Amino acid sequence: MIFSVITAFIVGGLICVVGQLLFDVAKLTPAHTLSLLVVIGSVLDGFGLYEPFIDFAGAGATIPITSFGNSLTHGAMQEAEKHGFIGVLTGMFEVTSSGISAAIIFGVVAALIFRSKGKVS
Amino acid sequence: MDPNSYQQTVDEIAPKRPVLKNCLKAFVTGGIICSVGQLISYVYMYFFSFTERTASNPTVATMVFISMLLTGFGIYKKIGQFGGAGSAVPVTGFGNAVISAAIEHKSEGFILGVGVNMFKLAGPVIVYGTFSAFVVTLIKTILVKMGVISW
Repeated sequence: MIFSVITAFIVGGLICVVGQLLFDVAKLTPAHTLSLLVVIGSVLDGFGLYEPFIDFAGAGATIPITSFGNSLTHGAMQEAEKHGFIGVLTGMFEVTSSGISAAIIFGVVAALIFRSKGKVS
Repeated sequence: MDPNSYQQTVDEIAPKRPVLKNCLKAFVTGGIICSVGQLISYVYMYFFSFTERTASNPTVATMVFISMLLTGFGIYKKIGQFGGAGSAVPVTGFGNAVISAAIEHKSEGFILGVGVNMFKLAGPVIVYGTFSAFVVTLIKTILVKMGVISW
């Protein structure tokens, strides 16, 4: 258990370093960086490489935004395997449901509870 | 002053980004967030009978919930100032982008403010994630149908 927490720390940290390098060295905006990482995640899953990566790194692979691209592709591929081309459309959000639905639900809840503090120094 | 020499002057005057220091901070911040995620997924595995692979879904939802609290109390902003990409790349950063936009635009009303602006920052991630997943899967489906590769 300790070992897998350490693995998650290192792998997740390294993915964040890649993001930081894209910020600082490639001078990309955060939106460009995150979009790029999501695309990388979905392409990796296309080659079947992301699942073994999750088996190895656990949350280190599932918490970074790359896993969002992975689960989109993964859901689409699962359905495409069963139903052919139409599955590409219907399966897209099957696996990744929780990230987006949680963000929407908690976003509205947060808007109900919290008020904007303006600029936090 | 032409654009090139202007850019040159900007590059000279602008402070150099401490790349190594930023990377170290991003590593530590991102690492801690992922470790927390790993611990939460253990809770789901041991107490709610999820498997190693299925645990990631409730874990992500829990992380987004935590990020709602941190965003609402203005803590995530401080984590972001320290951690840079370390706070933006994990799913909590995605949650923070959605939730902070929702809180920020509350004053404009729930439909035109919260509803319209919620995905203003996080939208590109969903759009290009979905589109690239579509392209990747389409190519793979075509290749499988042609018998080049198998699932």
